[in-house]
Amino acid sequence: MDVRKVAHLARIHLSDEEAETFQGQFEQILHYVEQLNQIDVEGIEPTAHAAAVFDVIRDDVALSEHQLSQDEALRNAPATAHDQIKMPKVVE
Amino acid sequence: MNPSEYTISSLRAAFSAGETTPEEALRSLATSIDKKDGDIGGYLSYDLDLALADAENVDLSLPLGGVPVAIKDLINVEGHPCACASKMLDGKFRSPYDATVIRKLRAAGAIPFGRTNMDEFAMGSSNENSGIQPCRNPHDLDRIPGGSSGGSAAVVAADTAVAALGTDTGGSIRQPASHCGVVGLKPTYGRVSRYGLVAFASSLDQCGPMTKTVEDAALLLEVLAGSCSRDSTCLDAPVDSYREALKKDVAGLKIGLPKEYFAEGLDRQVREKVETAIRDLESRGAEIVEISLPNTEHAVATYYIIATAEASANLARFDGVRYGHRSESADDLLSVYQDSREEGFGAEVKRRILLGTYVLSSGYYDAYYLRAQKVRTLIREDFTRAFEQVDVIASPVSPTPAFKVGEKSEDPLAMYLADIYTISANLAGICGISVPCGTTAVDGKDLPVGLQLLGRPLGESGILQVAHSVEQAQS
Repeated sequence: MDVRKVAHLARIHLSDEEAETFQGQFEQILHYVEQLNQIDVEGIEPTAHAAAVFDVIRDDVALSEHQLSQDEALRNAPATAHDQIKMPKVVE
Repeated sequence: MNPSEYTISSLRAAFSAGETTPEEALRSLATSIDKKDGDIGGYLSYDLDLALADAENVDLSLPLGGVPVAIKDLINVEGHPCACASKMLDGKFRSPYDATVIRKLRAAGAIPFGRTNMDEFAMGSSNENSGIQPCRNPHDLDRIPGGSSGGSAAVVAADTAVAALGTDTGGSIRQPASHCGVVGLKPTYGRVSRYGLVAFASSLDQCGPMTKTVEDAALLLEVLAGSCSRDSTCLDAPVDSYREALKKDVAGLKIGLPKEYFAEGLDRQVREKVETAIRDLESRGAEIVEISLPNTEHAVATYYIIATAEASANLARFDGVRYGHRSESADDLLSVYQDSREEGFGAEVKRRILLGTYVLSSGYYDAYYLRAQKVRTLIREDFTRAFEQVDVIASPVSPTPAFKVGEKSEDPLAMYLADIYTISANLAGICGISVPCGTTAVDGKDLPVGLQLLGRPLGESGILQVAHSVEQAQS
């Protein structure tokens, strides 16, 4: 496993020291989980959820409770401007 | 009696008798926390003023009228901080709404009071991964309280809470309950709403009670359980009167002992306590049957693929954009993501996100994730077959008593392997409870040992009934 490549996919910057520590730990963990390769899973259906899960559909109307005002929705944002979340410039 | 020493049941009785009031109980809890929690670190914060305001108009006739309940730091309570014990959110987030479990607690008259410590984003088995402060076992401050709901277990054990909510993805309610000597119940997947819980692994997470007695766990579960229109995985099945189940004895019940759970690696003293509790159940008329869960040895590997895969997706939301930590040095979009996540997440959270990203990545999905999901089916089928033979399964919760702080923190795999007895229940979606079954003396300290009882889906009444019998044998 190429830790740097995976870290880029996960959008986490790693220090050299952290990348090195993780590399060793991942090799150990992946070696351990490779025991699953010995199991015959031919014809076995995968389980995504232990209980049968069905789509639950309700009318497409806003619930009267739990509506956040713009102010409430922005309250936890790291940076705001003009009632919006502020981000560094994306387009050149 | 100091109101913080009450159970839910005895506190309700004291309210009815006029011996104390919700306001007095809250103030007394706050005093106990200030006095005792400095050494333990079970609480990240509490807000007495908010709780006292909640107590003002509380209806004492309700099932939990006036009862303070400590809340694990990943459950949203409107107006309270919610940090998941992570620098990503600490001091940067106040919940804009109540989780369904909090709405249900409030509707039953309970008062959310105090945010309990945990492993960051519920990832860990020792509470050593808290990004905010360490948490210690009240029975021996050199030892871990367990995790991830370590704070919730510790504060109930230390009498700095009457009861608490925890969450359990791979044992995170049951294992700390066992190490701290309290009762902890992980409900059947879907029995309790997950709406408003910060998700770790969505197909495994469940919220449940951590209490001083089995009766309290039953009462709290009656309030928490039930359908929720905001969680499509929440089951629309009727909720039992769990307290009624406690009146039944165990005579005639078939209790299975999985031979794989009593094999190599189990501490001798833990085994002794667990076997004594099982013999006592037998003397009360339960029939003990040896069973087999043959895929047990694959559970840890399966779990750490599925849980990390789900975590990598769930934690993508912490990107420094809408809430939580944003790196001050970030000057473009990519560095907002990468630097905020580097600075905000601790080592274990990064490890799991990276592992999860890897097992889901192109070229590895089938080999790891899809294969693990198939083995999950085999693990689930083990339990289906077992519950055709027996009513309840009994086992240890953890292979050893609480270990020392630092003992396993440098070796993630050793830490994962200690979850061997608890994680299968999450993979199979069944319910489980840890109930104290004695203590074992280690280094001159008496360390609690828990007995795990596993039940079939929606079989909470059965495990509570057996747990109650175990509890009675202890007193």
